Amino acid sequence: MDDLQKLQEAKAKYDAQVEKVLKKIPERKAEFVNTSGIPVARLYTPLDLQEFDYLKQLGMPGQFPFTRAVQPTAYRGRFWTMRQYAGFGTAEETNERYHFLLKSGQTGLSVAFDLPTQIGYDSDHGLAQGEVGKVGVAIDSLWDMERLFQGIPLDQVSTSMTINSPCAVILAMYLAVAEKQGVSFDKLRGTVQNDILKEYPARGTYIFGPRKSMRLITNIFAFCTEQVPQWNTISISGYHIREAGSTAVQEVAFTLANGIAYVEAALAAGLKVDEFGPRLSFFFNSHLDFLEEIAKFRAARRLWAKIMKERFKAEDKRSQMLRFHTQTAGSSLTAQQPLNNIMRTAFEAMAAVLGGTQSLHTNSFDEALALPSELAVQVALKTQQVIAYETAVCDSVDPLAGSYYLEYLTDQIEARAQAYIDQIDRLGGAVAAIEKGFIQKEIQDSAYRYQREIEKNERIVVGLNKFQVKEEKKPKDLLKVDPAVGDKQVARLQELKNTRDNGAVQQSLADLKAAAQGTDNLMPTILKAVKSLATLGEICNTLRAVWGEYEMAVV
Amino acid sequence: MQEGRKIRVLAAKPGLDGHDRGIKVICAALRDAGMEVIYTGLRQTPEQIVSAAVQEDVDVIAMSCLSGAHSYLFPKVMEILKGKGISDILVLGGGIIPEEDVTALKSAGIAEIFTPGTDTNDIAKYIREHIRKN
Repeated sequence: MDDLQKLQEAKAKYDAQVEKVLKKIPERKAEFVNTSGIPVARLYTPLDLQEFDYLKQLGMPGQFPFTRAVQPTAYRGRFWTMRQYAGFGTAEETNERYHFLLKSGQTGLSVAFDLPTQIGYDSDHGLAQGEVGKVGVAIDSLWDMERLFQGIPLDQVSTSMTINSPCAVILAMYLAVAEKQGVSFDKLRGTVQNDILKEYPARGTYIFGPRKSMRLITNIFAFCTEQVPQWNTISISGYHIREAGSTAVQEVAFTLANGIAYVEAALAAGLKVDEFGPRLSFFFNSHLDFLEEIAKFRAARRLWAKIMKERFKAEDKRSQMLRFHTQTAGSSLTAQQPLNNIMRTAFEAMAAVLGGTQSLHTNSFDEALALPSELAVQVALKTQQVIAYETAVCDSVDPLAGSYYLEYLTDQIEARAQAYIDQIDRLGGAVAAIEKGFIQKEIQDSAYRYQREIEKNERIVVGLNKFQVKEEKKPKDLLKVDPAVGDKQVARLQELKNTRDNGAVQQSLADLKAAAQGTDNLMPTILKAVKSLATLGEICNTLRAVWGEYEMAVV
Repeated sequence: MQEGRKIRVLAAKPGLDGHDRGIKVICAALRDAGMEVIYTGLRQTPEQIVSAAVQEDVDVIAMSCLSGAHSYLFPKVMEILKGKGISDILVLGGGIIPEEDVTALKSAGIAEIFTPGTDTNDIAKYIREHIRKN
């Protein structure tokens, strides 16, 4: 009798035993299904992985298809970058928080900009009222950017900036600050999000239409390839897609479909895949379904490697590697019993680490109540340090590989994400799928399903629909943004406009307008405008005048 | 309210906030609860919200804001409504709203504030019980 037969017999025996047990102790649910709708079996054995081919599906860490890790030694060499997204109020206040975080052992900066900045409005714009300095720092001009990085040598940190539609402007400001510090562009390390496609279905900070925005994105690719070679020119983000309510499979599928659209746009702009491919990076969510999440990260790595190698013929290994940042799931946090959020975040962070993330943001426990307070931010960062230094999960590469269940899930997620990508290809690609509302509809349906599951008590959230406490103590010391921040920014803008060389500003904006009407790379012109002290709003308005603004159809 | 007329709700996103998962879930839930829901989409000014409410002849305005700008935007909507002499529209707010802001919002005329974890059935029930037009 061969091994397979023996196994089948043993499994049959087990199944018979289960039948008996079920009569006495029925299972908790009639059907176990994960958040992506993948059925979860009672038990996984080698019988579920009969087609499994180690070298083809996993390979070695640092080898195609990079399922196990992008780097051969993974965390044995260096832990992930602990990077907390932060920013609020004025540049000075945020600068203070950065110095505090760096002193607390954080290893990279992550800039949160306020909404007016993210949508290309100066702080004195009508639509900015009430929003200045709220969800991030207000940046109107190079002056603010200089204050933001006061005392932080830009060749010593890596900086991630969550900026999308006006990304070129903010990146130009960063480059201008580096120049003033005497740091050459080739020493700069960091990431700009620069991922416009997810803004339409998920995050909402678009200015221009998708096709116009693609030009700015590929301009940044081309400029950085030549001048800022260590910079990650995009962070293709599933995070917000997941936060908007997608499943894990949809998160992988829609993110990689957007990735495909960026690669195609860059190729169409005449760039070579192995020139810009190595600088593409990704950003995922880590949610509560622990094993599904770990499988998701592994599946995403394998799928992207295949897409780059087989679809786009990338030869450089670095183009095939999916490197990613992770943030724990804000949407999994509850306003009820907020301290429970510390545990949720820890499990999510652990999943990200077991999934091989390159950098990580852990959420603060008070985020369902307000912007994170200093204490909450500190606990969040310490959570990462405990995982890194105390749990020893980082000592062996991809330690859960070979688990029958995990490998089954990894295969399932990859196959189901691939099926979505095929469907999006048939719709004409990610841009067309967004324009048709397909992605939006898929995400909304999943979000509503999730909410219904909670309301029908099919999905238990501790403290919310089970194990509630009557009288809850609310955490104190929530962060309050100084309401005067808007006035301060407006006053500073006035001062800027009174003291700068307005003739030079007008000239640089006229040059930008001409460039936008043509086909040249816009980065050099934007850099010049920024250095002339043109404001973010002025630069974006110049582009608005040429390209128009996008209006989203409500799906 | 006229016999047989469905409750009409304007779901609105004031300000620049792009978090629309919550409001879209609420739109779907209120529709399932038998109401007529009009969603404004993102980036509405208080003026736009009020004029949409008037044009659509709604019974309820339900606003969602997760960016922290609620203390400016929600009362602004109330102010414009009052300026137009409109008092029969039930105005609700939701989002990441710190408890200490709730009193001020209510005294500005926002009838109720719903924060994360609210059951959508409770919102539908609240609307049915507090609707002002008849």
